[in-house]
Amino acid sequence: MASDTLPGRSPWARRALAAYGSMVLVFLMLPTLVVLPMSFSDSQYLEFPPQAWSLRWYRAYFGSEAWMDATRTSLVAAVLVTVVATPIGTLAAYGMHCGATRLRDWVQFLVLLPIVVPTVLVAVGIFHLYAILDLNYTLAGVVLAHVALAVPFVVITVLASLRNYDMAQEMAARSMGASRARAFLTITLPQVRFSMLTGAFLAFITSLDEVVVAMFVSGGENATITRRMFNSLRDQIDPTIAAISTCLIVVSVLALAAAQFLGRPAKESA
Amino acid sequence: MTGAPLPANANVLARGRRAEQALFAGLTLPATLVLLVVVFLPIFWLSSLSFLDRAGDPSLENYRRLAGDIYVDAFLVTFQISATVTATCVALGYPLAYWLARQRPRVANLLLICVLLPFWTAVLVRTYAWLVLLQRRGLVNSTLQSLGIIDQPLQLAFNLQASIIGMVHVMLPFLVLPLYASMKAIDGDLVRAAIGLGSTPTGAFWRVFVPMSLPGLFAGVVLVFVLSLGFYVTPALLGGGRIQMIAQRIESTITIFSNWGAASALGVVLLAMALGLVALLHRAFGLDRLFVR
Repeated sequence: MASDTLPGRSPWARRALAAYGSMVLVFLMLPTLVVLPMSFSDSQYLEFPPQAWSLRWYRAYFGSEAWMDATRTSLVAAVLVTVVATPIGTLAAYGMHCGATRLRDWVQFLVLLPIVVPTVLVAVGIFHLYAILDLNYTLAGVVLAHVALAVPFVVITVLASLRNYDMAQEMAARSMGASRARAFLTITLPQVRFSMLTGAFLAFITSLDEVVVAMFVSGGENATITRRMFNSLRDQIDPTIAAISTCLIVVSVLALAAAQFLGRPAKESA
Repeated sequence: MTGAPLPANANVLARGRRAEQALFAGLTLPATLVLLVVVFLPIFWLSSLSFLDRAGDPSLENYRRLAGDIYVDAFLVTFQISATVTATCVALGYPLAYWLARQRPRVANLLLICVLLPFWTAVLVRTYAWLVLLQRRGLVNSTLQSLGIIDQPLQLAFNLQASIIGMVHVMLPFLVLPLYASMKAIDGDLVRAAIGLGSTPTGAFWRVFVPMSLPGLFAGVVLVFVLSLGFYVTPALLGGGRIQMIAQRIESTITIFSNWGAASALGVVLLAMALGLVALLHRAFGLDRLFVR
């Protein structure tokens, strides 16, 4: 394959483009690269680069009961969200894929819309709903709200891989006597499991990193880590946040790596 | 064959098909129910609140109040920020996507990680990072000082520029990813053909390549603009409380003033603008293609 998939222009223009593109990539990576050393700083102040190194902010994070409680709440919520959103999102994608066009259009509308509805509005609405259901400041409330925010990502990823899947395989299994459920579980599901995994990682990250809804509906002993971080950042900037951020970045990197390597084998990618 | 069994068969088949359609609809039910109850029902409810006055009688009072100065300012700031963020994203993102689209697949995938990693990193973490970078003693100030460009540290954080920088960083992948996908789908031979037929490379780029990349660009632009309209976290923190976009105004109207009617009216107008733009996009290109490559 040629080194350029598009015809080149003058070498000078090409170098300028490469320089500009690299600059934009540096802009994109800079924040991540800055948080890591900050978290090992020995200073109370936000000076960069740090003058001395230490693990004091990690000790502060792991030694603080309040931060640990928040971390636990967030992790438990994210796991529960993943466990709930992945199967219901997968089933919805399957139903949409096999069902009538009208069903698909309606469900697609319902599923895609939350992505563009301002989160603040969703958060205020859920807060209002939970006031009646008495779910504000509960773990169940956080999980339910995050499931609604995470499900669209599962549906989108699974639907994309079902589009590249040959449904005739399932028909063949059924013509040889398998029930629809068995054909789905043993033939279809294993072949879309990678995109299901990608959807699951997206659901996990969506819940773990969500701020706005958590600010409204989580609180007290069920405050999420993002809620505590947001309040801490708004009042005064505690360097413990750098240590927490580094941990969150590590989780994101792991999830992204898992989604890239497990979630997209050559065969299934669109 | 006699004619008699056929209608009976047709009935059985039709019943089977209906049962099957009901099954498929049923499978989507858990997900759609969650979305209806948690997202849509509360928003309808809020919308209805916006048409009631404080005593609970139907009125347009909440909408009349939106003509007041603080709300008009919030709308103006929101549009100003969203437009600036979108334009900056295009200026940074279009050349980047073009550069990436020209790379060999293996190199491109490696470079794409630099776009995907921030995309997967929590918005709050990235906003914090910008707070660190833009501090008085942060990297940006200390670099500028050591280069002798400035004597005194600049006030970079807690203002409009800081909010815009932080938002561009969050939004850029939303523009680059669909744009990159649409550029990859362009047949390079068409550009070569234009050059072969006598066009200059620059002419071929502007008159063949750019027009064909417009659907992807337009999708990214609408997505970035719509997401910017309702953005909360980054302007709230990097603006230092001074930047009041509609989203921040809605939050403070509820948490400080408990004025649900006014907040709902703001929300309805915000939602109408966002949905209007998305409907436009959907009519032009099909919304689902935005997300599925």
